Amino acid sequence: MTVLEARDVVSGYGEVEILHGVSIAVEEDEIVTIIGPNGAGKSTLMKTIFGLLPLRRGKVFFAGEDVTGLPPQAMVGKGMCYVPQSDNVFPTLSIQENLEMGAFIRRDDYRGRMHEIYELFPDLAEKRGMRSGGLSGGQRQMLALARALMLEPRVLLLDEPSASLAPNMVELVFAKIQEINRSGVAMVMVEQNARHALALSHRGYVLAMGQNRLEGSGPGLLNNEEVGRLYLGG
Amino acid sequence: MAALLEIQEIVKSFDGVRALNGCTLQVSEGTITGLVGPNGAGKTTLFNLVTGFLKPTAGRIFFRGERIDGLPPHLIFRKGVVRTFQVPRELKGMTVLENLMLVPQGQVGESLWAPWFIPYLVRRQERRIRDRALEVLGFVDLHRLRNELAGNLSSGQKKLLELARTLMCDPQLILLDEPGAGVNPTLMKRLVSSIEELCYERGITFFIIEHDMDLVTRLCNPVIVCCQGEKIAEGLPDEIKADERVLEAYLGGQYR
Repeated sequence: MTVLEARDVVSGYGEVEILHGVSIAVEEDEIVTIIGPNGAGKSTLMKTIFGLLPLRRGKVFFAGEDVTGLPPQAMVGKGMCYVPQSDNVFPTLSIQENLEMGAFIRRDDYRGRMHEIYELFPDLAEKRGMRSGGLSGGQRQMLALARALMLEPRVLLLDEPSASLAPNMVELVFAKIQEINRSGVAMVMVEQNARHALALSHRGYVLAMGQNRLEGSGPGLLNNEEVGRLYLGG
Repeated sequence: MAALLEIQEIVKSFDGVRALNGCTLQVSEGTITGLVGPNGAGKTTLFNLVTGFLKPTAGRIFFRGERIDGLPPHLIFRKGVVRTFQVPRELKGMTVLENLMLVPQGQVGESLWAPWFIPYLVRRQERRIRDRALEVLGFVDLHRLRNELAGNLSSGQKKLLELARTLMCDPQLILLDEPGAGVNPTLMKRLVSSIEELCYERGITFFIIEHDMDLVTRLCNPVIVCCQGEKIAEGLPDEIKADERVLEAYLGGQYR
């Protein structure tokens, strides 16, 4: 079942139109990576789908339901979470408090979920009382993922989850992304670390100049000669 | 090779937390020196100390044998030490071209009377700076965006604008804070050759923080590894990748 679909999305900032009609679809249980040159509109697409940027034309569907134009808080309520590239935790709050903020809109008892999250991220459990501003880049990225998971989303949008991370942390974050995906969460990521990301993705899209350029399976795109030359650095 | 930049026993504490803990290292003239290490190792703090954005708690920093720690950023900039930021700091309301044209110091047109009494000088200099800026924009592949507001650029394009800014003066030492993060690999490959050209042909020394080990391996020699505020290793990229402590603290299993 298609859990997320963006159809002919047009959007931009101010007078500048960045996306000129982009379409993507994400199946349940899939990891989908979006790659493309700088300025292709990858982050813009994520922000538009999530409702952070107004949609000028086009449609967004969540699990078959038309959610076009809904604000972020409504999207979160439907089961879609977004992890921005930077500034994605509350630095003055502790790890525990950050996770509680992640569950802000939940009215039920989320302690069980908190327990599951700590099991998935044992490093965070150890440091739960620590201020998150003192975390290293890798740990902070883990916390941002963990916080988004507090709502038990069906789809996670990740903007460059591996940017600015040390190699051992990149490995760890990607491993967690796969683990989270296997627990039944669909993932859409934008990544410059395209080789690594495509290798673990079920499918991928290539955007260029605000338009769809190519799509295919993760390994298929990795081995595609044009993709290699244009976007993976040969 | 002479040490262009020399850092001796540098210590920086933030509220009792020691970000740098007696770090000593050198950057030799004419090299592309890499600086790697786990998140939180103190790499960006070191850059902030070298460029005067922070004052060290203890220790000394020399540039061409002259002590520079504690000087304000603009004086260090005038000595030819320029940098980029991990999170780009562009002037959002100005165009890409204008962002670059602002960089050269002491432009004739800055004085109150020059535009009235010697407009030809102002124009001539401005034209020269504009030409330079356009050339630099070609270098980083932002030429077609020259009239776009810098605030509208994507995060990767802003990184490129940062790099372009450093080339607008006559730098002797360029410190790049994660030039590769968020930049498309194909473009990055071209930037690698640009950086090599700037170093080996124009004699500019580079000191680069970067996590992309492919990029570090292709570009940097030597590579310095920091961990918990201290230097733990230095050597050729291949030596670093074989160092057990570096594997443990930074690279992880995939490099074993």
